[in-house]
Amino acid sequence: MEQLIAKLKAEIIEVLNLTEMTPDDIDADKPLFVEGLGLDSIDALELIVLLEKKYGLKIGTAEEGKTVLRSVRSMADFITANNKG
Amino acid sequence: MQNRVFVTGIGIISAIGYDTKEVLVSLLNRRSGIGSLTLIDSVYRNEIPVGEIKASNHDLQQLAGPGSNKWNTRTTLLGVLAAREAYEQAGLESGTESRAGFISATTVGGMDRSEIFYKKFMADKSRGRLKNIIGHDCGDSTEKIADSIGIKGFVTTLNTACSSSANSIILGTRLIRNGLLDVVVAGGTDALTLFTLNGFNSLMILDREICRPFDETRNGLNLGEGSAFLVLESEERVDRSGKKVLCEISGFGNACDAFHQTASSPEGEGAYLSMKLALDSAGILPGDIDYINAHGTGTRNNDLSEGTAVRRIFPAELPLLSSTKSYTGHTLAAAGAIEAVLSVLAIQNGVIYPNLNFSRQMNELDFSPVTELIKDIQIKHIMSNSFGFGGNNSTLILSRCS
Amino acid sequence: MKAFIKSAVAISPQKTFGIKGFPTEVMDYAETGFLKCIEPLYRDFLDPMVSRRMSRIVKMSVCGALGCIQNAGIKMPDGIITGTGLGCIEDTEKFLGSIYTGEERLLNPTPFIQSTHNTVAGAIALAIKCHAYNATYAHRGFSFESAILDALLHVSENPDTHILAGSFDELTPNSYQITRRLGLWKTEPVSSLSLIKEGGTGTMPGEGLAFFMLTGKRDDNSMAQLRSMRTLYKPHSDEEIENVMTRFIEDAGLSSSDIDMAILGLNGDNVSDRIYRHLMKGVLNGIPVSCFKHLCGEYDTSSSFALWLASVIVQSRQVPDCIRLGDMIPEKMNQILIYNHLWGVNHSMYLLSSC
Repeated sequence: MEQLIAKLKAEIIEVLNLTEMTPDDIDADKPLFVEGLGLDSIDALELIVLLEKKYGLKIGTAEEGKTVLRSVRSMADFITANNKG
Repeated sequence: MQNRVFVTGIGIISAIGYDTKEVLVSLLNRRSGIGSLTLIDSVYRNEIPVGEIKASNHDLQQLAGPGSNKWNTRTTLLGVLAAREAYEQAGLESGTESRAGFISATTVGGMDRSEIFYKKFMADKSRGRLKNIIGHDCGDSTEKIADSIGIKGFVTTLNTACSSSANSIILGTRLIRNGLLDVVVAGGTDALTLFTLNGFNSLMILDREICRPFDETRNGLNLGEGSAFLVLESEERVDRSGKKVLCEISGFGNACDAFHQTASSPEGEGAYLSMKLALDSAGILPGDIDYINAHGTGTRNNDLSEGTAVRRIFPAELPLLSSTKSYTGHTLAAAGAIEAVLSVLAIQNGVIYPNLNFSRQMNELDFSPVTELIKDIQIKHIMSNSFGFGGNNSTLILSRCS
Repeated sequence: MKAFIKSAVAISPQKTFGIKGFPTEVMDYAETGFLKCIEPLYRDFLDPMVSRRMSRIVKMSVCGALGCIQNAGIKMPDGIITGTGLGCIEDTEKFLGSIYTGEERLLNPTPFIQSTHNTVAGAIALAIKCHAYNATYAHRGFSFESAILDALLHVSENPDTHILAGSFDELTPNSYQITRRLGLWKTEPVSSLSLIKEGGTGTMPGEGLAFFMLTGKRDDNSMAQLRSMRTLYKPHSDEEIENVMTRFIEDAGLSSSDIDMAILGLNGDNVSDRIYRHLMKGVLNGIPVSCFKHLCGEYDTSSSFALWLASVIVQSRQVPDCIRLGDMIPEKMNQILIYNHLWGVNHSMYLLSSC
């Protein structure tokens, strides 16, 4: 799981062009949106694309997106639960 | 002392009709133009409904008549047809008007051809037919349309996303008000393209059904295509010619939401400001507005933001409100002008259009749009909204002339 | 219609940004075949969380705009108006490319959002939370002129207003290849600094942006006065252009002999430069001439570089040697005429005066 979380952090930094950040700057359990990292709706779309491109997982609804993308750990949980990690 | 600005001609082509007559018939018969995508080769062909004009570029060239082979982008062809109708209705003569301007608007210009070029070019830099790329930029269709109706005094193109052609009309109005020009043909044009289809799809805001503006269950917009132009003339010119005027552009507003690149602020600040500025510039009160033709795309974000802003502007009694985008689709840069033409038709014919496809009021709003076609109604002032990505919000006020 | 220029900022293939006046070192582009902007240090101006999505041209333009606002010493402009010929073409290409490689699936939305022509005006407004009037013009060699016209109109409607008006255009490897196939450029690399003196066929592509703060009231910090601006679309002949220019000067209450210097848009292509040489023998005869495209290259909105250059000259009262064409040295810097055209279709004239 920790390996997946580390991988996800690096992928998030790359996809969202967070050039000033390193994986250590991202807390796996803190919220990604609004507070915490302060990502926005465009970032959410990019992360949805990431999940489908890299892990073959589709987010069906906005509600599902909100839960899955809450934090790096919730993303990792989603991937693992779908046996893609 | 500022000149008053009147509309003396209108022209339109959209999914609900090839000219103003046909468009009005569709509106009165509640006939939406939204359906399947047939003319673009896309994997979403059977999935995403659009407001497509059921005419190929070749068909449009036939309609445009002799010399039309020089108008090779769909954007230009649509614009030529709409501008010509407006021009002829206003009784203008090609090439003889001095102190005349042509102001168009488009979001992606000749992309319908250039995306064909790029597909070949990106695979091999020596490939792709150059004639498909030379009309790519936004100014190309404008110049071709201006040339087709013989205007060369002042020519330019706006691009402020979905509010573009509302801004064309605003600029035209300001130029006449300030005595710099006497007549301006103002509007916009946009064709459906693979680029915009995929762009909006990547934002996950395209409804897989016909859009439901201001409905609690709304799920996005339908893209559309089309063009519309209005002939604007100064009061002095109109008095001299004694010609019939269709209505007056009595006010306008332009403000920036400055909240986010694509999302509108929850309290609809930009929308509120543009509506307020429009009312102030027309010198009228909220209670004087008889009908609001909303931007009303059907996205979760816009309709909430716009609905909230509308309530802020009209805290007491709300005018009748509807979005006509479930008729035409969202025609991007052309939307402002298309909806201005619909507003002119509403004033001329005493009708208010229904907001098609509506059934459930939004939880956050205390009002619903009009769902019935209302006929034989005296309309004095219409407010027309157009709100674009980048926070570009514009509002027009069109008024009946006695 | 007229206005005072309170500040002018340019980011260009010359070291024009972050300095006052004209750069001491002039850059020559001899090998590449094109001129590219010298980019600022973005970190000095932009929050990385905000700029992370921005393409190169958007980052540069926002920097330039913020610099202009800062130099003007005002907190919030009353309008933001931009002009661009091709918009954010890099992101347009990126998104298009992804449509083809991904066969319309799994597309990243960011390049699409960033590709719209009004991205820059929107980004500036967002950066300073400006709710004021906001517009973008996209019309070839009239893109910048339309932004200026709109700004002048605002100033004429309300002299106390402050309008930020500017333009931007970028050159990408793809746009360079395409325009090269269209036969617009020199076929062999030449030194950009000798572009105009050498003449021949074709010119060199460039890119750049410039922003101006325009207002109706003069103060001690005003750089110059933009007395008038005029555009001309598809003129029939050289005579028509000359007549328009003559009237343009007369309408300002001046005669040709009052013009201290003309800044002309010669670009090194003999066909394109013919009109300038014709005017230099006609209405502009005896007037010292300078050029600018050997410094910034040819692009839709290059006239904004000329206006920046003229503003700097009027304010500093100095003409850099590297822009002068011919031997005549201007004695005064009170009235500068700028004339430029893009491919013979879009013509523009500006009259700039000292304050």
